[in-house]
This record gives sequence, structure tokens and C-alpha cells, in this order.
Amino acid sequence: MNRALFLLPLLMVAVLAGFFGWSLLAGRDPASIGSVMVGRPAPKLAAPALRKGEPALDESLLKSGRPVIVNFFASWCAPCLAEHPLFMRLAERDRATIVGIAWKNKPDDARAWLARLGDPFKYAGTDLDGRLGLDWGLSGVPETYVIDAQGIVRLHFRGPITERDLDRILPLLRGGS
Amino acid sequence: MRPRDDTFRFFALCVLVLSLFALPALALEPHERLADPALESRARDIGRNLRCVVCQNQAIDDSNAEVAADMRRAVRERLVAGDSDAQVFDFMVARYGDYVLLRPPFRPGTWVLWLGGPLVLLVAGAALVLAARRRRPAAPPPLTEEERKRLSVILSEAKDLPLQPAGPSASPLDDKRA
Repeated sequence: MNRALFLLPLLMVAVLAGFFGWSLLAGRDPASIGSVMVGRPAPKLAAPALRKGEPALDESLLKSGRPVIVNFFASWCAPCLAEHPLFMRLAERDRATIVGIAWKNKPDDARAWLARLGDPFKYAGTDLDGRLGLDWGLSGVPETYVIDAQGIVRLHFRGPITERDLDRILPLLRGGS
Repeated sequence: MRPRDDTFRFFALCVLVLSLFALPALALEPHERLADPALESRARDIGRNLRCVVCQNQAIDDSNAEVAADMRRAVRERLVAGDSDAQVFDFMVARYGDYVLLRPPFRPGTWVLWLGGPLVLLVAGAALVLAARRRRPAAPPPLTEEERKRLSVILSEAKDLPLQPAGPSASPLDDKRA
């Protein structure tokens, strides 16, 4: 029994090493803040239109019976620039319904940015003061939500989406339409 | 000592003493404050306990992040609307999860977090106590009849022997014997 006690520190080191090893290998990210939105009905949507002459954005966009992608972006945001071609592709090739929200971005700047790069958004709104973003649990831009045909948030990406993320997004788009 | 050194020391001491009274800088801008001091102090209490979602381990009151400013504004708006402190925390948790709480809730998922430390302390303490008990020698068994006899023989023989070996520093006892 006494001898076994001496093994205790060794055992604790082994447990810690195991935990650290698992954290590294499983890609656990303690800095990730996760999302509580996934699996829940989409938060309220109400935003003034970004493009001139269009009606304001409201709830009905998310209850059209089709999956919707909601993307918060800004013209001042470099990662948004990086993910932009993917949204162009989703809109053109996959005919995805994409809602773009310009977060803390002057509408003129956001419009110029879209005019320059192409506009993948079926609906575009603005969130100048970040109130809408807060309701969506936004931590910054870019962030992207995929909402299914029933209005439930299925995916929430913090940061730019990548090619690899399309593997998770596309099945959801097809599944609901 | 030159007077210049004295001046320098005095100045250094002043800086040191003043730094004792330094407070952590608030990121809160004056225009964000509520006019009602009671509500503002509640907002500060809440703000100290809400975690900025883009800066890891800073409270929203200490963070200059855009989102932190939005959260401070939301806290004040909720308070003005008549929410209790708990409702304001719930409002934030509904949007950002338990991550925003600098003091995590006590739930099955966080039991290890809350109880792990005390548990290890308890187990380690118990192990120490056990080990200490084990190390203390047990009381020897009573002597048998035979051992008792041998002991008395040994003791009686010892009476005739000198208590200390004779040597250069002999004791008075040795003198008597001589």
C-alpha cells in the first residue's frame, strides 16, 4: 500500500500528459468560445437594407422554407476579403440564398466593396452600431451562420470560412431545398 | 552624497508610493456612463464579471474591443429597462454561452472545475495522514515471562558495572570506587 502511494505522483503526471496529448491531437482549442446558437432557432433579424431602394431585412427571410446563409462582413475586414470568393461561388454555382450584413461598416464603404468584388448577397443589410450582431452572439467579422429550412441554426463559423467548410455547408443547403 | 542623488531618490520614492494607489484602467468611456449612480454601479459590477468574447481573459469593463463596448451598452440598456442583475447575465449567456461568465456556474459540466482542486487536496491530505500513521511504530507487545526474567538478570548485573567507562575525564563516581 505504502509503495503504491509513491506511484501516485507518477500517475498524476501520466494523466496530465494524457490530457495534454489528447488536447493537441484532437485539435482542442481552449481559446474557442464556441457557439450557443447552433441547434437553436435563428435570432431575430431586423436590419435596414444596405442597397438603396430595397426593403429592410426582417424575420420572413429566414422562414422562406429554404436554407439560408447569413454572413456578417465589413469592408475593413481582411479575412472577409479572403472568404469572399467562396460566397460568390456559393451564390453562383450552388444558388445559395445568402444574407449579408455589413457590421460596423459605413454603408457607402460596404457598397463600394461589393461593387468592386462582386455581390453574392440576395439580401443585404447593415448593422452600424453592432446591436444586431450582439443578438446573434457575434464576436467580430467575419462570422457565418447556416440556417436550415425550419429556421434552426445548423452551423456557426467564427472567422472566415474555407474550402473545407463547404463540405459541411453544401449538404445542408441541398438537404433543405 | 550629492544633492542630485537625493532629489532622484525622493522622486523615485514618490513614484513608488503613488503606484501603490494605482487602479486598473477602465476601458469605459465617460459618455457610456449612466446618469443614475446606483444603476451605474450595478452596471460596473456586472461588467467586471462579464468576459470579453474576443480578448480571452479580460472583463468587458477593461477591454477596448468593439464588442466589449457593445456589451457594456447592452448591459446598461437592460438595466435601464428594469432587468435584474441575473436577467442581464442570462441575456449575455443566451447569446455567448457560459463563456462570457468570468465566474463559471456550478453545473455537472463544471463539477471537475469547482471540485477538482479541493478533492485533490482532500485525497492528498488523507494520504499524508495515513502515511504518517503508518510510519509511527506500533506499541511493542508485552514481555513474556521468560523475557521478564532475562531482563531482571541483565539489570541486576548492570548494577555492578560502572555507569560510564573510565577515561581521562572520569566522573566523581569513579573516584569513590577507586
